Amino acid sequence: MTVLAAPATVAPESVGSATGSAVGCAHCSLDVPKGRLDPDREEQFCCAGCEAAYDAIRACGLDEYYTLRERLGGQGEPVALDNTRFVEFDDPSFTERHVKGAPGGALVADVYLQGVHCAACLWLIERLPRVVEGLVSADLDLRRRIATLRWDPAVTSLSQIAAALARVGYTPHPVEPSAARDARRAEDRAYLVRIGVAGACAGNVMLLAFALYSGRFDAMDPIWTAFFRWLSAGIGLVSVFGPGRVFMRGAVTAMRARSWHLDMPIALALAVGAVAGLINVIRGGGEIYFDSLAMLVFLLLLGRWLQMTQHARAADAVELLFSVTPRRATLVEGDAGDETTREVAIDAVRPGDLVEVGPQCCAPVDGLIERGATSFDESILTGESRPVERAIGDEVAAGAVNLGSAVRVRVAAAGRDTRVGKLMATLEGLSRGRAPVLGQADRLAGPFVIGVLVLSVVCVFARLAAGAGMEHAIESTVALLVVCCPCAIALSTPLACAVAMGRLASRGTLVKGGHVFEALARPGRLVLDKTGTLTEGRFEVRAWSGDVSLKPVVAAIEHGCPHPIARSLAAMNDEAVQVEIADIEHRLGLGGLGWVQGARVAVGSSRFMRELGVAVSESVQAEAAAQRARGRTVVYVSRDAEVAAVVALGDEPRPGAAAAIDRMRALGMTPEVLSGDDPTTTERLAEIVGVETFEGHASPERKAERVGELMAEGPVVAVGDGVNDAAALASATVGIAVHGGAEASLAAADVYLSKPGLAPMLELMRASRATTARIRLCLIVAGTYNVAAAALAITGYISPVLAAVLMPVSSASVVALAAATRWKGGA
Amino acid sequence: MSVLFVVIPLALVIAAVAVGAFVWVVRTGQFDDLDSPPVRMLFDDDPVRPDEPARASVDGVTPRASR
Repeated sequence: MTVLAAPATVAPESVGSATGSAVGCAHCSLDVPKGRLDPDREEQFCCAGCEAAYDAIRACGLDEYYTLRERLGGQGEPVALDNTRFVEFDDPSFTERHVKGAPGGALVADVYLQGVHCAACLWLIERLPRVVEGLVSADLDLRRRIATLRWDPAVTSLSQIAAALARVGYTPHPVEPSAARDARRAEDRAYLVRIGVAGACAGNVMLLAFALYSGRFDAMDPIWTAFFRWLSAGIGLVSVFGPGRVFMRGAVTAMRARSWHLDMPIALALAVGAVAGLINVIRGGGEIYFDSLAMLVFLLLLGRWLQMTQHARAADAVELLFSVTPRRATLVEGDAGDETTREVAIDAVRPGDLVEVGPQCCAPVDGLIERGATSFDESILTGESRPVERAIGDEVAAGAVNLGSAVRVRVAAAGRDTRVGKLMATLEGLSRGRAPVLGQADRLAGPFVIGVLVLSVVCVFARLAAGAGMEHAIESTVALLVVCCPCAIALSTPLACAVAMGRLASRGTLVKGGHVFEALARPGRLVLDKTGTLTEGRFEVRAWSGDVSLKPVVAAIEHGCPHPIARSLAAMNDEAVQVEIADIEHRLGLGGLGWVQGARVAVGSSRFMRELGVAVSESVQAEAAAQRARGRTVVYVSRDAEVAAVVALGDEPRPGAAAAIDRMRALGMTPEVLSGDDPTTTERLAEIVGVETFEGHASPERKAERVGELMAEGPVVAVGDGVNDAAALASATVGIAVHGGAEASLAAADVYLSKPGLAPMLELMRASRATTARIRLCLIVAGTYNVAAAALAITGYISPVLAAVLMPVSSASVVALAAATRWKGGA
Repeated sequence: MSVLFVVIPLALVIAAVAVGAFVWVVRTGQFDDLDSPPVRMLFDDDPVRPDEPARASVDGVTPRASR
């Protein structure tokens, strides 16, 4: 047997900090729960997944990964191990869609790797071809987390490679085609080409300009002057009408839409400068502007590209790259008593079919249970953290995780017709249909263009009235137009946003668009989800009243049961006390029991106690009622025929939540809690964190509707983590997805906080304020400069040459200002 | 000095060739990933040992000799 054979049963164990030891996991460096400490091993692990991944990496002789990761400052991620065989990767339908042939008979496919987090992962993945026979090469794109695999089909198959990747800790998923991602890539390439051309033009025109400027003092031979001027004009025109066309196009689009855009004054300045320069070149006198224009095009493109890269980085990192529902199902065929099961791709499942949903599996379809009973974790749809019991005739929703035993489900809807599928479709529609947010700088564009045009007319007449000739008047007007080019204004917003995004990204907060800063800096409504956002999103033992000596017994009884309550009870065994328990038995939806030294110990609900004939005294009932009033779930522990302890479990608010909400309120936010959980729990939590407005039992549709209502009154910031929040996140002004959230919520949100807690959100708000304040400052500086320069141009003090020199100076000062954005708590 | 009439256009032609090469490189996707190459070059190339035994096993990955 190989070390890498996946263990038969692996339950992802809770990594509770409350139950953690001071020892870090050798694979992911998270705290190791005390119950998992193994005195026989040198290394300790937080879960079976991490242990298997660590052993696999060691076995392949790739332990250098850990040294590298430490050196690069990367942090590991816990591995949720699954023992699937990844058969869908060998399916003909998959091959047809994703696999391409390569020269030499090899096959190539892209897969998305879940769990890639730092540069050491790159090292590890790209070294896999040495240990996986038949894998020719693996190239990882760190930003997109997509690996391009090339393998020899005669030696291995994609499913085997996928299984090997999963064993070292990266679960592969098929890369679903995304129009948005392709568009981003095309846009990125187009910008790089433009920057390349514009940069080459700017550099060469500058060289020629040096010759011309120095020729001015040394009385250069006119033939050389003319030669250089014609060359400059040629290169300058290439720059303005080649890469610079993007501004013209932007201006025309804005004009068609009858709105103002900063591209308009830029296009105007470029056109006027180019025409005036060309006329001067042809008539052989006066200033040519091509050096300034080429530089301007280059700088503006660079600023825009920087901002775009930051957007793309965030968007790539959080894009919904794989589906939340499984891609295959176990189909049950044949008549009762003579049934066969087989794995099929999800596309082959039709309503009316019968499918089996195994334990620890995600339901692939919507349907009704035909056989069996179990409990489901439906948190992906409802946000409700407690599992729900489902028996024959009950509905099952795609995306729900089966926590108990296998059930058979009669399919009612599959694929896009399921509730989750429909939710995703709404989400896509919402994200696409969102109106582009008009930035502060763009709002200024209108008055700016009008102002400059009025001023230029004023300038002509003012110069004529001052007794200057027509030629001189036009010269001054051109100087005015060039010096007033809004490149400082146009650069300040993208640069300040790019700086803030970059700095936030290095601290784990990914921002998908610059409009986020503007929206978060203004006062507005803050809609918070409960589970996972305000709370840890995890059941833990909060109170134990009664016989404490039973703790290890309870932990041992509940060990190995996948139910969330059982898992938190099993994690309770702090001291790793070994207890001898005989005949452990788990009863679905009720609890578990075992025999200790002849005594029967049972753990479970009040119904379980009744069934076992255990007397629940009034004092115990009062205790239970008190705990329930605090929004907790109560579990009884009985020894023989009487209740020995009452355990209260709950999902408590994150530490510091109340304080963080207070600060956000001070920043002008009006908080409100909207949860899918039951109203009493929601009310209790809202009270603890100090929020007056709250609503429980809110369906995903209701959440989106409520956000819509609030949007009518002003900007709304929605915060959430589940698929059930996704529609709300997408319809809000700014949607923030929090740590550990479902992939769908990441796709819908504008911001993703990869660190837990509310502190990153607070920092984001501070950063937004600092960024918008800095943009405003840049705009004021650039505006003052433009007004002063315009006044000097009108009075004839600025010659076109001086204008050409002054323009980059103003840009440089604004760039320096924008790059120096700082905020409290920021790096 | 009249050599400039030849040299400057020549220099511009060379620059155009360089820009053309850049455009080709961008269009073939070599600039799509700007995050991985800067880290990749930091890793040492460990020598390939031809005497090493074949490491693959049933699972596609090698078992460790002892544990």
